[in-house]
Amino acid sequence: MSRLYAFLGAVLAVLLILPLFLDKYTLGILIMIFFYAYLGQSWNILTGYTGHISLGHALYVGLGAYTSTFLAQKYGVSPWIGMWLGALTAMAVGLVIGYLGFRFGLKGVYFVILTIAFAEITRLIISHIEALGGFSGIFLDFKPGFWNFQFRGNLAYYYISLGFMCFAAVVVRVLEVSRLGRFMVAVREDEEAAQALGVDSLRCSMIAIALSAFMTALAGTFYANYIYYLHPDQIMGMGLSIELILRPIVGGLGTVLGPILGSFILTPLSEIARSYFSKGGLEGLHLILYGLLAILVVLFMRRGVLHYLRRAVKPILRPGRDG
Amino acid sequence: MALAGQLLIQGLLMGGIYGLIAVGLSLIFGVMGVINFAHGPMIVVGMYAAYWILTALGLDPYLSLVIVAGVMFLLGYLIQFSVINRILDFPEAMQVVPLVSVGLILENALLLFFGPDHHSPETALGLASFQLGPVMVDLSRLLAFGLAIVVTLAIFLFLKKSDLGKAIRAAADNRVGAQLVGIKVDRINNISFGLGAATTGAAGALLLPLMPVSPYLGHDFTMIAFVVVILGGMGNLVGALVGGLILGVAESGSTLFLQPTLKHVVSFGILVLIMLFKPQGLFAGSK
Repeated sequence: MSRLYAFLGAVLAVLLILPLFLDKYTLGILIMIFFYAYLGQSWNILTGYTGHISLGHALYVGLGAYTSTFLAQKYGVSPWIGMWLGALTAMAVGLVIGYLGFRFGLKGVYFVILTIAFAEITRLIISHIEALGGFSGIFLDFKPGFWNFQFRGNLAYYYISLGFMCFAAVVVRVLEVSRLGRFMVAVREDEEAAQALGVDSLRCSMIAIALSAFMTALAGTFYANYIYYLHPDQIMGMGLSIELILRPIVGGLGTVLGPILGSFILTPLSEIARSYFSKGGLEGLHLILYGLLAILVVLFMRRGVLHYLRRAVKPILRPGRDG
Repeated sequence: MALAGQLLIQGLLMGGIYGLIAVGLSLIFGVMGVINFAHGPMIVVGMYAAYWILTALGLDPYLSLVIVAGVMFLLGYLIQFSVINRILDFPEAMQVVPLVSVGLILENALLLFFGPDHHSPETALGLASFQLGPVMVDLSRLLAFGLAIVVTLAIFLFLKKSDLGKAIRAAADNRVGAQLVGIKVDRINNISFGLGAATTGAAGALLLPLMPVSPYLGHDFTMIAFVVVILGGMGNLVGALVGGLILGVAESGSTLFLQPTLKHVVSFGILVLIMLFKPQGLFAGSK
């Protein structure tokens, strides 16, 4: 295992000095890689570890983005503070959804539909609130400065998003090896058996959705202050909810490195394909390729790319033990 | 009063199409136990197919309905054959992804070929309407309602009376048992998904004269279909039809006190409440 940590440390060191050699466009792609890795990691806590499938995670991204932006525009609250309030809002909503879902025993597909329904209801309501920009969304004024969470160029965003990604990975790793994390996996594998052994599955599930919603919302604030534009259909729509689950699924659900690996595979593909195809008037093609890839991965590499990669490099890391 | 009557009629007429949409979803769920997350995008594909036939060949959607339904049957058959038959034994999380992906592919294929703009083509009936007592009835809505009911009934009859229909019901009831008496369940799956897809095609053709078509309508249709099916009970076809009518009236009635763009909030709200308190649907046990 220590070789793996050494390898990851080396990768991190490279990522830390990499901006010295890259232009703005390439930095932008890396930022999106980190951003989606972070989102995928946050979703991974609920779905990968605890087994409750959420297809409405854009809801939390949107809540984070709208809360911090609204507070910044209306009351001049720094997004650095607003992001935590947004995360708390998202956490509260997540707890409500979780309580309804888990307490009333909505399993599998029913829970999926519940998460979609809440995301869609919230999106529609926000689209009708004038103070939040309504259908046309909110444009953020560009006022660069640390306090405003806005910066010239991509360098600061690069380090912030890198920090986000590492933070999420550490949180999930700590969770994974903790007692709580083991309980969550037990709930995922067989909820009734876990309960029979004394695991409080409701409590585990509630903690998972709270943490997941909280972390997801933080990314919303980042996104708002990186793009300077909030549109309810984009930041709370089904499209984003689908986007953000594909990376962990491709990389490997329920693993720390899966969402990161998935993002490093899929995000450059999608970013490059998007700009390449839309130049030729072929917008949408990158999402078609994307969908095909997701289907192929599920059909032929059900456990995610990481699983196969791990098997390939296992002899190097530590023979005879699966990380 | 006239307004309420108007809304009631409009709701019922729309509800017929909702019912048709939901019958397809319910059939697919009943036979295979998967939820077709690509249902909405498939309806939109049907709308575009009807749109294309109308603009290229000048054939009205009410006539091209049969062609569109046939094309969608083939598409559905193909999707089932290539993807869904392979994922039936997967855990639910893994079933959701391919179906969502199929929806994503269809939606963006439409975007690629037809562009993001809204199209509302002239159809033969256009905005023709007639007066029925105090209420105005759109001819195109009435015709859509009538045809939706006819298609739905045809599917009922097919399932009840024909040999193939009986085989489908047998497979839905007990997969292993059906296999034991010599039914090729894989083929039944393909046909069932094809049939479900054909209903989306028919619904798409019927919807084309009623609303402008754009690639992004799919999610809303998917959600509507979910609401109706959950109202009526998963796998319950009669329930789906009645649920469609209820939802049509509820949405239409909600415009009395809400903006029309907010009407889906009402339906999603109903969805959540039904799932929490009556997860087997309003007509549980009357399958």
